Amino acid sequence: MTSTAVEYYLSAFTQQKGKFIAPWFSDQRRAALDSFQQNGFPALRQENWKYTDVRSITKRNFILTEKGNGSVPKNQINSIRFNELDCHELIFINGHFSSKNSRIGNLPDGVILESLVIACDIHPDMLQKHLGNNANYTIGAFTALNTAFLHDGAMVYIPDDTVLEKPICIFYLSTETKHSFITHPRNLLILGRNAQATVIESYIGIENADYFTNSVTEAVIRAGAKLEHYKIQQESEQSYHIGNFMAQQEKDSRLESHSVSLGGKLVRNDITSNLAQPGASVTLNGLYMARHRQHVDNHTLINHLEPHTKSEEYYRGVLDDHARGVFNGKVIVHENAQKTDAQQSNANLLLSDNAEADTKPELEIYADDVKCSHGATVGQLDKQMLFYLRSRAIEEDKARSLLTYAFAEDVINRIKFVPIRKRLEDLVIGRLPDAALIREFAA
Amino acid sequence: MLEIKNLYVRVEGKEILRGLDLKVNAGEVHAIMGPNGSGKSTLANVLAGRSDYEITNGSITYQEKDLTEMSPEIRACEGIFLAFQYPVEIPGVNNIYMLKAALNAIRTYQGKSKLDAIEFLNLVREKLKLVRMKEDLLNRSVNEGFSGGEKKRNEIFQMAVLEPRLAILDETDSGLDIDALKIVAEGVNSLRSRDRAIILVTHYQRLLNYIVPDQVHVLSEGRIVKSGHRELALKLEEKGYEWVKQEADAA
Ligand SMILES: Nc1ncnc2c1ncn2[C@@H]1O[C@H](COP(=O)(O)OP(=O)(O)OP(=O)(O)O)[C@@H](O)[C@H]1O
Ligand SMILES: [Mg+2]
Repeated sequence: MTSTAVEYYLSAFTQQKGKFIAPWFSDQRRAALDSFQQNGFPALRQENWKYTDVRSITKRNFILTEKGNGSVPKNQINSIRFNELDCHELIFINGHFSSKNSRIGNLPDGVILESLVIACDIHPDMLQKHLGNNANYTIGAFTALNTAFLHDGAMVYIPDDTVLEKPICIFYLSTETKHSFITHPRNLLILGRNAQATVIESYIGIENADYFTNSVTEAVIRAGAKLEHYKIQQESEQSYHIGNFMAQQEKDSRLESHSVSLGGKLVRNDITSNLAQPGASVTLNGLYMARHRQHVDNHTLINHLEPHTKSEEYYRGVLDDHARGVFNGKVIVHENAQKTDAQQSNANLLLSDNAEADTKPELEIYADDVKCSHGATVGQLDKQMLFYLRSRAIEEDKARSLLTYAFAEDVINRIKFVPIRKRLEDLVIGRLPDAALIREFAA
Repeated sequence: MLEIKNLYVRVEGKEILRGLDLKVNAGEVHAIMGPNGSGKSTLANVLAGRSDYEITNGSITYQEKDLTEMSPEIRACEGIFLAFQYPVEIPGVNNIYMLKAALNAIRTYQGKSKLDAIEFLNLVREKLKLVRMKEDLLNRSVNEGFSGGEKKRNEIFQMAVLEPRLAILDETDSGLDIDALKIVAEGVNSLRSRDRAIILVTHYQRLLNYIVPDQVHVLSEGRIVKSGHRELALKLEEKGYEWVKQEADAA
């Protein structure tokens, strides 16, 4: 029996207009829908979704947007850009590529940087070869829906031995519209052998915008390549955000993932890295801040599939008011993966008695010669530190803000790329009371 | 300047201070000695405003005001400074910015203008020289990874910059080498003036060779059981505390 929520999406599928291109994709699209129909939405009884109830999403009838829906004043667009950063910019408004606002500069030979819709016209082979390879619809309902309703997103291809100096910024801007809507951004990142690139995905919602972002990013990082990936989630506080990031890593490749999650009413971030060949390494660095009644869930999965692979993970959460944070970090060291080095830590700071954090490191180790460690904490601001600062004439609220920022800063400080670190610093500080004072400290 | 009457303080349900009386006038230096666990740090923390120390009886008057009504930050603004026995490490909070925020908060409260970056830097340079502290400690997180002696020196440095009216030094001399001890003494002596007062909690009379106190008190089991002059400290060093306790019990 299919639930009404599932029915809603099935019927939306048959009615969807102007859908994404390419006949070669229709089989995958159909299969994704079938898979979704069979499995439905995740329920709380599923281990992976134990703490996050998606019924608040599934009971809503979000509509698909059409191109041109939601106009945005120029100054609003300019305010979301990284003005201090010389980068290539792709801007999507309510899920659709806005070529007039995007700015793609000169690219090295062979580099492809396009919206998926355009890439489909000019590089169909490339797309056909990779799209859906790693982010398979069988992973779960939301990836299946993203595949079935795929409309646009970004395609990044960096050929072998090519270093893209300027970062790529992909903005997904959601605006206030008459009907609450859903978007399914889909990004495909392919880095050839020894290629290097920095990609920033930024999800931003205009205040009061009511929508659901269901994004999927798949990355292939070939031998010796390095991807620096940022996800900055600043959705509106009414919105829903479910984002999947999947990376396939070959020999000696490197992924640095930085995720900062600030917005959204209900948020789920999934990151999976498959360390599929020897020497591959990954760092997952993340900060989530939630307040009011925000709910933010981070699930990460690192598969150590081959020997001499390395993973490091640092996640921190700051939870205020009635907010709830979830962290689940799973590391699987497969039988073959001797000499694995895996470290993980998660720390949560509760700023209110009503805030809640659930943290669960999960280590599954099937090899014997490995180095693994993990640690998880949930705590409040340190009373002695507070007293020390107050005894130095710093007001209680300010002392609390300072200590909160100091806690969050540990994640921000792992970002080596200065313009982005500054930007994120600013965003995080902006979330705290006494921003001016903290800015002085951070300077 | 400070008058404590019949003070009772409870920590975690346990009575630590039990009827403590102490009067400190402006311009004076008082030394407080006493056995481990007698309540010296408790007294120091209560004066600085630690809230988990519950005052169950008695009064504390500071400059004609009820001190117990004030938050720790207001006390600091009113000129109280505690050099902690165990200064806490605060990762991620920059030492010198904290001090600048502290100084400007106090100045603002006292109706003075804030110091700008250059004025502040000049002041810092001057005081660094006074306490002979390494400049690189300034830009580290508060006390993080500081050696025991460096932490104490940092407290004295802060004191020198903030120029409190009532400074309470809780065993600032413990764990210091002889040179550092002299520096602490110089720091304290340079602060001495007619309108300031200093309370020194110490176990060693050697500090009192450098800072000559007006009065020496013995705190035992939550009360001041004996007060005297410098000679008392010498006698305590020689004979220990047992005789004071016996005297007190007999009384
Ligand atoms: N937070 C606390 N919880 C429980 N007991 C406490 C607490 N703080 C202090 N005490 C107790 O109060 C008593 C007095 O402690 P305090 O630190 O004031 O002693 P002190 O005189 O400073 O000793 P020392 O010379 O060793 O520094 C001790 O028995 C101590 O264990
Ligand atoms: Mg003590």
